[in-house]
Amino acid sequence: MNWRRMLALARKESIQIRRDWRSLAVVLLMPVMLMTLMGYGIALDQTDVPLCVYDREGSQLSQDLLKSFVSNRYFSLKLDARDYRQLVTAVDGGVCTVGVVVPLYFSKLLNAGRPATVQAVIDATDNNTANLIIGYTQAVVARFSAAVQLDYQQRRGPALGAPSLGLQARTWFNEDLESRNFIVPGVVALVMAVIGTFLTSLTIAREWERGTMEQLVSTPVTAAEVIAGKLIPYFVIGMTDAATCAAISGWWFEVPFRGSVMTLFVSSAVFLIGVLLLGFLISALSRTQLAASQFALLTTFLPAFLLSGFAFPIDQMPIAVRAVTRIFPARYYVTILKAVFLKGTGIEPLFAPMLAMALFAAAVGVGAVRGFKKTLD
Amino acid sequence: MPDESWAVVVEGLVKDFPPVRAVDHLSFRVSAGEIFGLVGPDGAGKTTTMRVLAGVMAPDEGSAVVCGCDVVRDPEAVKQHISYMPQRFGLYEDLTVSENIRFYADLFGISRRQREQAAARLLAACGMSEFSGRLAGKLSGGMKQKLGLVCALIHTPRLLLLDEPTNGVDPLSRREFWAMLYELAAQGVTIVNSTAYLDEAERCHRVALMHRGRLLFCDQPQRLKQRLPGAVIAVVSPIAARLREELAHADGVHSVLLIGDALHLFVDDAARRIPQISRALDAKGLFYDEVVRITPTIEDLFVNAVTAQEPH
Repeated sequence: MNWRRMLALARKESIQIRRDWRSLAVVLLMPVMLMTLMGYGIALDQTDVPLCVYDREGSQLSQDLLKSFVSNRYFSLKLDARDYRQLVTAVDGGVCTVGVVVPLYFSKLLNAGRPATVQAVIDATDNNTANLIIGYTQAVVARFSAAVQLDYQQRRGPALGAPSLGLQARTWFNEDLESRNFIVPGVVALVMAVIGTFLTSLTIAREWERGTMEQLVSTPVTAAEVIAGKLIPYFVIGMTDAATCAAISGWWFEVPFRGSVMTLFVSSAVFLIGVLLLGFLISALSRTQLAASQFALLTTFLPAFLLSGFAFPIDQMPIAVRAVTRIFPARYYVTILKAVFLKGTGIEPLFAPMLAMALFAAAVGVGAVRGFKKTLD
Repeated sequence: MPDESWAVVVEGLVKDFPPVRAVDHLSFRVSAGEIFGLVGPDGAGKTTTMRVLAGVMAPDEGSAVVCGCDVVRDPEAVKQHISYMPQRFGLYEDLTVSENIRFYADLFGISRRQREQAAARLLAACGMSEFSGRLAGKLSGGMKQKLGLVCALIHTPRLLLLDEPTNGVDPLSRREFWAMLYELAAQGVTIVNSTAYLDEAERCHRVALMHRGRLLFCDQPQRLKQRLPGAVIAVVSPIAARLREELAHADGVHSVLLIGDALHLFVDDAARRIPQISRALDAKGLFYDEVVRITPTIEDLFVNAVTAQEPH
């Protein structure tokens, strides 16, 4: 490795990037666009679920229950049904996703200290949403039930009733179970994988297409010098993009940041070098920009989306697929980002995923250097 | 031991681009300090040969030793000693003249002081001093080629490989370009250049005529002309194209070549055929200015050699 030749490449590439300011602007604005698009587009929370109620009793207590449904951000009342048929029509027609029916004798049963049942009719066409809604509905009813029980016991004096055993679950790291806190780090990894590979996937193919490579390969420059030299300016751009992503996550999406900036910086750098080198590998193997860009998208977006644990939990994948996820660095980067943002984990516990990303970078780097041929065919 | 007096030794070079054999058992030698021309029409295999010599393309068979380095076994070794200017402009159009020069100087490890001196001298020599800040993409065709030459010469190579360097260059720039080449040769730089222009071939010390990947002749331009069997006579006439039909099958005429307003006739014996042809044209009342014996050009030689190889 000759430093002067490598720096000459870095310098040349930087000048070319600066001259092509339109592409530079696109590359710098891409994280803003992708983060916004995916940060809002992929929200797993359900708020303002359209609700239909049918109160068969019409007592103070039944109204209190229905009020507690409406008084939070998860449900919004769309219809107060007059009969059961109206409620069914609303759910069938998709006007409401959930219908809550309060039975007759609701307050009488409760006041008598006997259990009463509330019915919820849920549109489960989208089973994921249905599961969320069941959870919300149960939570509202459980809270209401606890209040009723307390009230009943206070009126009856010290309890003779059965001691109740309850689970007090504390959700750590994402106390509000805000799905955005969990998604945004995944989006950052996705955006960085796509941008990183995209940045470099065109550079070598472009030189072959423009004919500048023929003269370059007739000089003593080596494959390693070409790749390392070209890597430097794209690394700077990629790290700027990483900083933009982190800033958007923290300030715009208000994902708590509990770790150290240093850990974030080091892990992002290792991940970025890996995906930039992947871009070089693709670029070295395909001599047209079109082929390179398509291949880059295929090898980054899909694995980063499907196999990183971002969209689907890795633990629930079949064993064979789980093994495949280990190849892709996005998986490790998502793990690290979640740890750094939400848990505030230091750098030591993250040694294993960091090493995995470094190994990926090394393997792809060797592949890119080997794949870069200084000959025309 | 490689023989130092030869800058290039090519033996039995073969390169296939199925179904075409681009270079077919090509052998030639170039001595140090020579201006050597690879001459032939498009598709003759010139570019492929240049690429093999530059170490950017591996041949299928044969050997090529350039500046004492075997470019087939170790193509990287030669790269410090040569400069290769591909047929297609190989510099960065979005870099300025001086940025391109600096890039190539850095690749060859030229110090800043050496670079500045050499760049000033070379740019002045080709009349481009005031363009150092211009983007290479904004230069004219001739200036692009001259910039290519400046970048190629920034590290004083032992061998300069120029693939059709004057293609699409105006005559004035072409003359300047050749003046630079002669000066370089005088300094001991070996130059191999390819061209499809036969008039340009005559400027070389020695030429190799190539056709369909094969070597037809390899000699000094003057000696090549002497090799032509018989003689060439020119019929100058404003209706030369029409006369071609008349004279193609005349006695003693091997082949006919139309160049501008003249027909070049390859004949067995000039002294006998000149009066015969004049009489024949007079008899038919076809107008002509003159019928004279001329010194054959490389083009004449080439056409004759190709037609001799491929009988109609």
